Amino acid sequence: MKAPPFRYSRPETVEEALELLAHYGDEAQVIAGGQSLLPALALRLSAPGVLVDVSRIGTLQGIYEIPTGLRIGAMARHQEIERSSLVATYAPLLATAMRQVAHPPIRVMGTFGGSVALADPAAEAPAATLAHEATLVVRTLAGETRIRAEDFFLGVYTTALEPGAILVAAEFARPPPSERFVFRELARRSGDFATVGVAARAVIEGSRVAFMRIVLFGVVDRPVTAPKTASALVGSDLTKSSIEAALDALGSDVSPSADLHHDEATKMRLLRVLVKRVLLELNDGVRND
Amino acid sequence: MIEPQETFDIACTLNGVEVRATVPVRQHLADFLRESMELKGTHVGCEHGVCGACTVLLDGEPVRGCLVLAVQADARRIETIEGAVSSGRVAALVHAFEQRNAAQCGFCSPAMILTAAELLARVPSPTRMEVREQISGNYCRCTGYEAIVDAVMSAASRQARANEQDS
Amino acid sequence: MIKAATVATAHAKGTIGEPVPRRDVRRLLEGKGCYVDDVSVPRMAHAVFVRSPFAHAVIKHIDTSLATTAPGVVHVATGRDIAKLCKPYVGTISHLVGMQSMPQYPLAIDRARWSGEPVVVVVAETRAQAEDAAALVDIDWEELPAVVDEESALDAGTPLIHPELGSNLCWERVLDNPEIERVFAAADAVVEATFVTSRHTHVTLEPRSILARFNSADQQLTVWHSTQVPHMMHWVFAHHFALPEANVRVIAPDVGGSFGLKIHVYGDEMTTVALTMILGRPVKFVADRLESFASDFHARGHRVKARMAVSAAGSILAIDMDDLQSLGPFASYPRGGVNESRQVVNLVGAAYGVDCYRARARVVFQNKSMYGQYRSVGHPVACLVTEGLVDRAAAAIGMDPAEFRRKNYIPATAFPRKLVTGPVLENLSQHEALDKLLQLMDYGSLRAEQAELRAKGIYRGIGLGSFLEMSNPSSATYGRGGVAIASQDACTLRLMPTGSVFCTASINEFGQGAATACAQIAATELGLSYSQVRVNLGDTDIAPYGGGNWGSRGTGIGGEAVLLTARALKANIVELAAKLIGCAPQALEVRDGAVCDFLSGARRYTFEELARIAYFNTETLPPGYTPELTVSRSYAQRTYDGVCTNGIQASYVEVDSETGYVKLLGHWVVEDCGTIINPLLVDEQVRGGVVQGIGAALYEQCMYGRTGQLLNATLVDYHVPLAREMPDIVVAHTCTPTATSQLGAKGAGEAGVAGASAAVLNAINDALIPSGALLSTIPATPQRILAALDMCTVPGTQQQGDSR
Repeated sequence: MKAPPFRYSRPETVEEALELLAHYGDEAQVIAGGQSLLPALALRLSAPGVLVDVSRIGTLQGIYEIPTGLRIGAMARHQEIERSSLVATYAPLLATAMRQVAHPPIRVMGTFGGSVALADPAAEAPAATLAHEATLVVRTLAGETRIRAEDFFLGVYTTALEPGAILVAAEFARPPPSERFVFRELARRSGDFATVGVAARAVIEGSRVAFMRIVLFGVVDRPVTAPKTASALVGSDLTKSSIEAALDALGSDVSPSADLHHDEATKMRLLRVLVKRVLLELNDGVRND
Repeated sequence: MIEPQETFDIACTLNGVEVRATVPVRQHLADFLRESMELKGTHVGCEHGVCGACTVLLDGEPVRGCLVLAVQADARRIETIEGAVSSGRVAALVHAFEQRNAAQCGFCSPAMILTAAELLARVPSPTRMEVREQISGNYCRCTGYEAIVDAVMSAASRQARANEQDS
Repeated sequence: MIKAATVATAHAKGTIGEPVPRRDVRRLLEGKGCYVDDVSVPRMAHAVFVRSPFAHAVIKHIDTSLATTAPGVVHVATGRDIAKLCKPYVGTISHLVGMQSMPQYPLAIDRARWSGEPVVVVVAETRAQAEDAAALVDIDWEELPAVVDEESALDAGTPLIHPELGSNLCWERVLDNPEIERVFAAADAVVEATFVTSRHTHVTLEPRSILARFNSADQQLTVWHSTQVPHMMHWVFAHHFALPEANVRVIAPDVGGSFGLKIHVYGDEMTTVALTMILGRPVKFVADRLESFASDFHARGHRVKARMAVSAAGSILAIDMDDLQSLGPFASYPRGGVNESRQVVNLVGAAYGVDCYRARARVVFQNKSMYGQYRSVGHPVACLVTEGLVDRAAAAIGMDPAEFRRKNYIPATAFPRKLVTGPVLENLSQHEALDKLLQLMDYGSLRAEQAELRAKGIYRGIGLGSFLEMSNPSSATYGRGGVAIASQDACTLRLMPTGSVFCTASINEFGQGAATACAQIAATELGLSYSQVRVNLGDTDIAPYGGGNWGSRGTGIGGEAVLLTARALKANIVELAAKLIGCAPQALEVRDGAVCDFLSGARRYTFEELARIAYFNTETLPPGYTPELTVSRSYAQRTYDGVCTNGIQASYVEVDSETGYVKLLGHWVVEDCGTIINPLLVDEQVRGGVVQGIGAALYEQCMYGRTGQLLNATLVDYHVPLAREMPDIVVAHTCTPTATSQLGAKGAGEAGVAGASAAVLNAINDALIPSGALLSTIPATPQRILAALDMCTVPGTQQQGDSR
């Protein structure tokens, strides 16, 4: 399982990286943390001609506050995000999500940008990014573009990133202090890819749901929102019966695909259970860690 | 524009020693350590990042040697089991594993030791479940894990007693 | 929680029974072990295999021209090239009547018969270059229909994998009983189920590895091989490559796990040996993880239809069963691959001595991976079936499952007991083990807790798994069937000039502690500390001939050889001292590295002094007498086909009925392996085995698609147990030493896995009693558990849950 032959370059700036991507086109592949790319190379699923290593580019690093909220550089490692008190404040779902990513050695190397740009349907970072309605900051040779999370994830390993473009950061707006967050996934073994996953935000005023946003992942070809399920709850209390009623809308929000170990019906069933548990946990009001 | 290369010169610190090497860019760190540096204590079990047998430390943090390219170790500090043993910092763990028979075929053991050491450096008095969680990315087919958990707990309490005596 | 292991002191003597640490484990912990892939020799080249992507296909044309000229390539060879050097092999065993298979070559010729079968080999200076070149080999295939459904393998319309054989049947065993229909018809209750275990792959952490070096000057073949059985492989290489046995040396260095994987003849490994002979350069092959999934021999895939007749009073009256197992397209060589079925037939109902028994086992060829043995060959399947029927029967007549077992065990006074299937059970401690287990786990309290939580909608279950484990096998398994696998083992001990002892034996070390056990046995007999006994295992140039490790024979048979040798050496040491002193040997004993007066305890001669006299100062020896301080003895177990051990396991689980997820709350094992050399070693063998059995119960299955592709061929998709989900495991023992040897040791290495999956499955079913759901397929995945629950929407209905 040795990687197929390729050439390697390590640009020091985003411009240099963009130049390389433009020059080598289809042959070029960005490497950030490498935690998904290297297995693909080992399995010879991927045979890029040129790797463009962006891991040392200074402007891609860091997690810092900006006037509109928080900017997370594409090269921020999962572990950095997991341990960041800034992320815990601005994007708590993302902070929690990172603890579910594989195992610590993967999180040391794996990057936020890498995970978001790869867009594995079962990955945590894309789901949390979508749940927080973040903005993805993209650079091309023409300049910078900003893409909303809801327009970014298009399918299995497919995003709105144009060929030759590089994801440089994501920006998260500060959530209101009353907002609650729950991020949970079902997996048979700690560290496995999520069988089903839910990222949810809610504002509950008194006992009434004033705002609810639910993102589902691991069920179809990309993370998706569950707007009908969420809106069925807005204006209600979170009780067993209101939750059961909302769950009936889940089927119109998503039709899960089968995976190797679960048929569609089982996936849906597990998803229902997980959404229910997440909603009950939101109602408890404890911001989960 | 930079010209992409098939080999790359790296300079890193390996087990405390400065090393310069020209590496094939597609070679992963575990292979570099085993073949070019002849450090055989890092083992290759799956080459797709799941089994954990290739765990080494990169700038003090555990990583999968098979999921890091050797070129990415440039200007970094690498520690393998050999270095950790020489430094003396895993002596309590090695002793505890030996006494508790927490290794059978031994293929997972160097990685287990390094992974456990990272936990104890952060959490000097872990619970059994914390130990189990920490080693969950290290596959062992022989022991069933319990003896390993016992050994880590034993090393932790021994370390704690030693620290008490020192202070 | 009771733990048998205790921390040893720094100066422990390591006598038999002491829980001393292994002396060879520190170097493994420090990364200073030596596995085959750690060995480098000059001019070593690397082999990579092009494997069939199809389960069944004609090889129409192979074009190696691009591969041959690729960078770093030394050689490319196909099936016919290798066949010129290697005699083909057939895995049939002569005393298994009717067993049939076809000759097999290391690389496929004309036809590939499983997805993953090696077809072409590329040798290059580096592994990476060989892989690059392998991608350039162009094979023209004609895909054929794949035979991948066991149930229809013998149907008239199913294509024959080997037309010459006339059927896809490899072997069939039938045990009839003319009374059985009558007994079932008259029984108060009959329970039945179709049990499905799934094909497993071993997932040893160190993959199969071999480094072969042929020296053309002296025609010597040296093979570093990750194997359990160096002597068997020695014979295999000599025989199949037409080399004199004296020209072959096999060295098993550190072995990173085996569990029955590394005891077969693999085409890619034989090809590696052929290549070194062709090239005159050393060639190394290490299976990578993808290759391991594609080409390691599988095991444990059975479908057993079984039923049990029981009286209202709770006596088992009869068992009727039909076992279907698949192989790959050939019987594995040299061990056949049908031993699982043989043991399943032997052991279903065995713990209870069920004589009214009918069984049929059929082993069929498939276009799937080759098939062999996995730790506790067949026993886990027999146990799953038997213990599953037992729980169902107990429920049918309203008896507690533990009491049902107690009532039906072979009475303690009825041993030795011959089973209707053939094996003789020497002596078991089943009642004692059950009592001990129930007490250890506080069975009554767990039942009370279960009831209390059930009322709150929390489903916990207790499952028992009584098991027998055949160990210390005789020649009945292989030798009698014409297979060159030794049932004898031997040891050589040599007293060294400084008074310590060098020990070599024919058993092998792969983590279970064989070397330490040898040292402890020898040290105990010789009055030394075990650290004064140096043990070398695994090198056929050094070790005396023997069977190696399989079937839990290492301690029982190899250990006995060590014991006999140590006694002989002790006698010779004492004799030398007696002659020098001028007294009778009976007046002397050995203690702490010296020969001492038996009565006064006075030290007369240290071992070192005696060795110096025997080796250096021969002028001081009495005339006509030569001391023999290098001694060999051998041992074979010849009383029974196998020495039976027993044990019982319990699993305590909680099933989340919404998700089908199972949480393991506790696990207990009480096991009887006779004399225990080192409880620290034995208990960890048991724990490791239990977790493998848990893997079988919850996670592991080789999933095949309709065209014979293994669908879950990476560690991401084939799930093995990881630390977070595993329970702590309580281990205790009962002890009935075997009378077949002086040591009295029976095997223990396979006990953990024998009963674990039965206990866990039974626990899951026990948890789900309120719903009426019953599972009989493992792994009990969430989907299967949910499906079983779904089928029971009508309360009180008992159904089989068995889906995807």
